[in-house]
Amino acid sequence: MSNNSSKDSSEINKIWYYFRRKKLAMAGLVIVAMIFIMAVFAPLLAPHDPHSITRHRFEAPGTADHVLGTDNMGRDILSRVIWGARVSLLVGILASVTGTIIGITLGAVSGYFGGWVDNLLMRITELFMTIPRFVLALVVISFFGTGINRLILVIGFLSWPGMARIVRSEYLTHKSHPYVESGRVIGMSDWRLIFIEILPNVMPQVVVVATLDIATAILLEAGLGFFGLGDPNLVSWGGMLSLAQGYLRRAWWMSVFPGLAISLAVLSFNLVGDGLNEATNPRLQSEGFNTAESKLSGGKT
Amino acid sequence: MSKKGEGRSLGQYALLRIAQALPLIIAIIIINFLLINLAPGDPVTALIGEFPVPQEYVEEMRANFGLDQNIAVRLVRYLGNVLRGDLGFSFNYRVPVLDLVLNRLGRTIILMISAITFASIVGISLGVAAAKWRNSFIDNFAVAFATIGYSIPVFWSGQILILIFAIWLGWLPSGGLQSIRGDYFGWALIVDRARHMILPMLALSLRYMALTTRLTRSSLLETLNSDFILAAKSRGVKSRGILWNHGLRNAAMPIITVVGFHFTFMVAGSALVETVFGWPGIGRLLYTSITARDFPVLLGILLVVSVAVILVTLITDLLYAFVDPRVTYD
Repeated sequence: MSNNSSKDSSEINKIWYYFRRKKLAMAGLVIVAMIFIMAVFAPLLAPHDPHSITRHRFEAPGTADHVLGTDNMGRDILSRVIWGARVSLLVGILASVTGTIIGITLGAVSGYFGGWVDNLLMRITELFMTIPRFVLALVVISFFGTGINRLILVIGFLSWPGMARIVRSEYLTHKSHPYVESGRVIGMSDWRLIFIEILPNVMPQVVVVATLDIATAILLEAGLGFFGLGDPNLVSWGGMLSLAQGYLRRAWWMSVFPGLAISLAVLSFNLVGDGLNEATNPRLQSEGFNTAESKLSGGKT
Repeated sequence: MSKKGEGRSLGQYALLRIAQALPLIIAIIIINFLLINLAPGDPVTALIGEFPVPQEYVEEMRANFGLDQNIAVRLVRYLGNVLRGDLGFSFNYRVPVLDLVLNRLGRTIILMISAITFASIVGISLGVAAAKWRNSFIDNFAVAFATIGYSIPVFWSGQILILIFAIWLGWLPSGGLQSIRGDYFGWALIVDRARHMILPMLALSLRYMALTTRLTRSSLLETLNSDFILAAKSRGVKSRGILWNHGLRNAAMPIITVVGFHFTFMVAGSALVETVFGWPGIGRLLYTSITARDFPVLLGILLVVSVAVILVTLITDLLYAFVDPRVTYD
C-alpha cells in the first residue's frame, strides 16, 4: 500500500526541507517555541507571583523589580504576561485539536460517501460558517458560565467548518485514486479506507489548517477574555487588556505588553501555518507568500 | 465551468440562493430556541434575564412561551413569536428587544461600511503597488503589513490608537458618539461625529486592509501572468493600460470576497471595537447586556446579526455571479 513508515518519514523530510528555507516561517517557529517555553516553565521564569497584590500600584516599566511595570493592583505585568501564555496556548491548541477532530470526521465522511450524507453535512457546515462565532460563543458562555474547559469546548465546537471543507475536498480527489480503488477491490472496509488508507495522505493539509486555526482560537479566546468572559481564576492576555481599558490614561504599559504578546503569538502561528502550506504544496513554491487565502476563506476557492 | 446561458440564468440562480437562505434562517431561530431550553435552571431566566421582575410577568412569560406544553408546541410558538418580530422585552433598558437592537444596528452598519470602504481603498492601492513593483521596497512593506495587520487583535489596535492619537497627541477624541458638552447642530454635529468615528473606523479596518492588500496583490500577480495579459502586451497596450483596464477589473473580486467571507468576523471585530471606544452600536449593547445578564437582548442580537450575515452572504454571492460571468450558477 501507499503509506508505509519510510515513505511517511521521507515526506516529512521533504516538507522540512522546504520549510526551513523560509525565513519568515522559521522566525515564526522560533517565536512559537519561545511561547511554549514561557508557558511550560512559567513558575520558574516569572519573577513574581502573578496574583500577588502589592502596594506598588501603577509602577512604570523599567525598574529592576518590575521590568514591565505593575498594574492597578500592584501585580507584576511581566509575570502575568508569562503566565498568560499558558491559557492562550492551552486554549489555542486544544480548541484547534477539538475542531480538527470534528472537521476531519465530518469532512472525511462527507467527501468519501458523497450523496445525501454529503449534502446534509455540507448544509450543517454552511450553517456553522454563517453563524457569527464570536457572538454565539459570548451567548453560550454567558448562559453556561465560564472556565477554561468550557472555553476550549466552545471555541473548538465553533471552529471546525473550515477544516471540514478542506478535508472533504481532499477526500473527493483521493477516493478515486488507484490505491483506494485497489483497496476496495481486495475487500477493505470503508472505515479502514477512510481512516487508515486515505487519512495519512491528507494529513499535511490538515496540519496546515490546524496551525492556522490555533491562531484564530487564540484571537477568539483573547476576545472573550476582553469581554470579561475568560476563566476568572487564571491570568489571560485578553483579561489583562480588558483591565487595561479602564486605565489607558494612567498606565499605557498595562495595554501595550499583553497586546504585544497576543499579536506575536497569533503572528507566529500564522507564519508557521503559511510556511507549512507552501512547503506541503510544491506548486506554490515559486509564488511565495500569497497562498493562505484559500484556508482563510474556508477552502472556498 | 459552464458559460452563462448554458446553465441557469442569473434570475433563477438568485431565486435558488434565496430559497437556500430561508432554511438557514429557520435553523438559526431553532438554535436560539435550543439555547433557551438548554440554559441551566429555568428557561424563564433565559427569557427574562436576571432581573427582579413581577411574578405576574414571569407567569405571563411561562404561558406565552408555553412552558407547560411539550417541546414541539413550544418550538412552534417560539417560531411564531420570532417571525412576528417579538424577541422579548429587555428589563435592563425597559424596551422591546427588537426596537433596541434595530435602534443600535444603524450605528454599527455606518462603522462597518466606512471601515470596509477605507480598508478597500488603502488595501487595493497597496496591493496594486506591490504587484506592479514586485520585490521592491513597497512590495516587501505590503507583504509585512498584510502579515502583521492580520495578526493584531482589533481591541488592542483600538487601545493603541487611543494611546497615540487621543492621549499622547490629543488630536482626536478617545471615544463616544459625539462630544458630551458640545452643543452642535447641522454640519458641526456631523463633523463632530465624524471625528469620533475616525479611530474606531481605523481600528476596525486594519485587519481588512491587511486582507485586501494580500488578496489584491496575489490575484493581480496571477492575472498579470495570465495569457490574456500577454496577448494585450503583444497587441502593444501600454503597461499602465494593462494594469488598469485588464488587471483591476478583476480587483472587485477581492473586496467582495473579503466582505462575503469575513463579514461574520467583522461583526466580532465591531463588537470589540465598539466596546473599546464606547461607540453605542450593537457591539456595545452586547457588552452591556453580558454585564447586566440581560439574556433576551443577547439572544436577540445573535438572531438579528445571524440574519444580517445570511443576507450579506446572499448579496455577495449574487454580486459575485453578476461581476464574474465565469461563476457557474449551481
